[in-house]
Amino acid sequence: MIERRPLLSFSSHVIMVIGIIAVALPVWITFVAATHTTERMLVSPLPLLPGTHFWENLKMVLFTQEFLGTTRAPVWLSMTNSLIIALSIAIGKIVISLLSAFAIVYFRFPGRMLFFWMIFITLMLPVEVRILPTFEVVANLGMLDSYWGLTIPLIASATATFMFRQAFLTVPDELLEAARLDGAGPLKFFWDILLPLSRTNIAALFVILFTFGWNQYLWPLLITTKTEMHTVVMSIKQMLEVAEAVPQWNIIMMTSLVAMLPPILVVVLMQRLFVKGLVESEK
Amino acid sequence: MLKRVHFQPSVLPYLLVAPQILVTLVFFLWPAGQALYQSVLIEDAWTGNSEFVWFENFQLLFEDTEYLSVFYRTGYFAGAVALTAMFFSLILAGFADRIVKGSTIYRTLLIWPYAIAPVLAGALFVFMFDPTLGILAYGLKLIGIDWNHKLDGDQAMLLVVIAAAWKQIPYNFLFFLAAMQSIPKSVIEAASIDGAGPIKRFWTIIFPLISPTTFFLLVINVVYAFFDTFGIIHALTDGGPANSTTVLVFKVFKDGFVGLDLGGSAAQSVILMSLVIALTVVQFRFVERKVEY
Repeated sequence: MIERRPLLSFSSHVIMVIGIIAVALPVWITFVAATHTTERMLVSPLPLLPGTHFWENLKMVLFTQEFLGTTRAPVWLSMTNSLIIALSIAIGKIVISLLSAFAIVYFRFPGRMLFFWMIFITLMLPVEVRILPTFEVVANLGMLDSYWGLTIPLIASATATFMFRQAFLTVPDELLEAARLDGAGPLKFFWDILLPLSRTNIAALFVILFTFGWNQYLWPLLITTKTEMHTVVMSIKQMLEVAEAVPQWNIIMMTSLVAMLPPILVVVLMQRLFVKGLVESEK
Repeated sequence: MLKRVHFQPSVLPYLLVAPQILVTLVFFLWPAGQALYQSVLIEDAWTGNSEFVWFENFQLLFEDTEYLSVFYRTGYFAGAVALTAMFFSLILAGFADRIVKGSTIYRTLLIWPYAIAPVLAGALFVFMFDPTLGILAYGLKLIGIDWNHKLDGDQAMLLVVIAAAWKQIPYNFLFFLAAMQSIPKSVIEAASIDGAGPIKRFWTIIFPLISPTTFFLLVINVVYAFFDTFGIIHALTDGGPANSTTVLVFKVFKDGFVGLDLGGSAAQSVILMSLVIALTVVQFRFVERKVEY
């Protein structure tokens, strides 16, 4: 503390509380909507305080297939899909990035720089800008409506490779020299020394990549046609379209709430790692 | 780049980079090449034959007033989102920086919207601003503002900007706060002994010292507004009313998947790719400067 200004300190707290309320308001309103009946959600003004139908709505959302005459995947199924996809993308990205960063940092081989630049280019081409040709490639490979098509095109990540490269470069050379004197080969060195040293980085990256994978929208929207392959995030849009005719806001908002919960939990529970991962991976 | 001590050359490094390179080749370079190739072709919708037309697709795009207005609109949208999100997070970070006790709790309470998917953010705002039922639309009506973003293009744009900025505040907040907390306390103390009040200190010391972060965030926010807001727009307005919220990424999607204009969509992809490359170069040049600084 530099100086005592009780009034300013007090107003700092007030501003922070106002900021937090403003940021949290949309989610509060969502939560409130998820606790009322459909009938109550049709009467303006809408409630600002929670009702008593939370569990009822939750049960309906999780297990019902019918939604206003359209069939959709029940939310437990689309949540499972989302989980499979988010985990495969996060783990896949981490594994292939660890391996390629290891090769690029610890080996001298012809073509090393070429590979480095090829990986670097992926940093520049987000899937949104090359959406149609990528879709065609996946369609030609027969990967539509499969977990492969949903995950593999998204698991190449320059960001993760760069982060691991950066981390490996700070590992003291003496460790490798010592390992080699003791007769360890490259794979043993990787497994027994490099991997344990990268534990925090891996965890930090996992938080970010899990969120990234869970929140994918455009890609699953294009790749899936069968309802049983839908992810929970993408099912919202379909529900909103139906809502144009008959708004069933308690159900839609309950689905939104359930859909946003897992990544929020991961970010909040692993906050320290998340902040580290975010700041480091952007360096 | 390379360790001073390294392993002997063998096939092993090739096996190690193989998965990443394979994915990059098949799902990044090949499609990007396809986009480049298709952008110089015009496909006949009836016969399926394609004709090589040099840069006609690009020429058509830039002669198309609709495309140009999408271009300007995207610029406007990105600028508005970046400035709104950065303005509010700068204020919040400035005050959070003053707070000694409990700043971690405030941070926790502010960062979690980062984890919400763009399309879900869109859904929340659709609900709050629904012209007939939405609670905020109702509130606006009480103070005499007739809210209907389904008819009014300006209101639709405003709504999309608010939703996109809302989702980006936690990210900016984290970076601003980290930058402010890394300023040596002695500098601030010295200024305060010389009689500079909190506001003067903010403008003459803190703000200039965090300018690298501000610039970095500007680039990141523009990139975010360009490429990561598809879900928000798709859920909120679907590009409408009357294309008033159609931005570049949305148009690529619409022309390619709804309009089935392969050449035009590919040409747009190529333009977007060059935009991303330009932004990445800016970002990296800046990162180098930060290291020297």
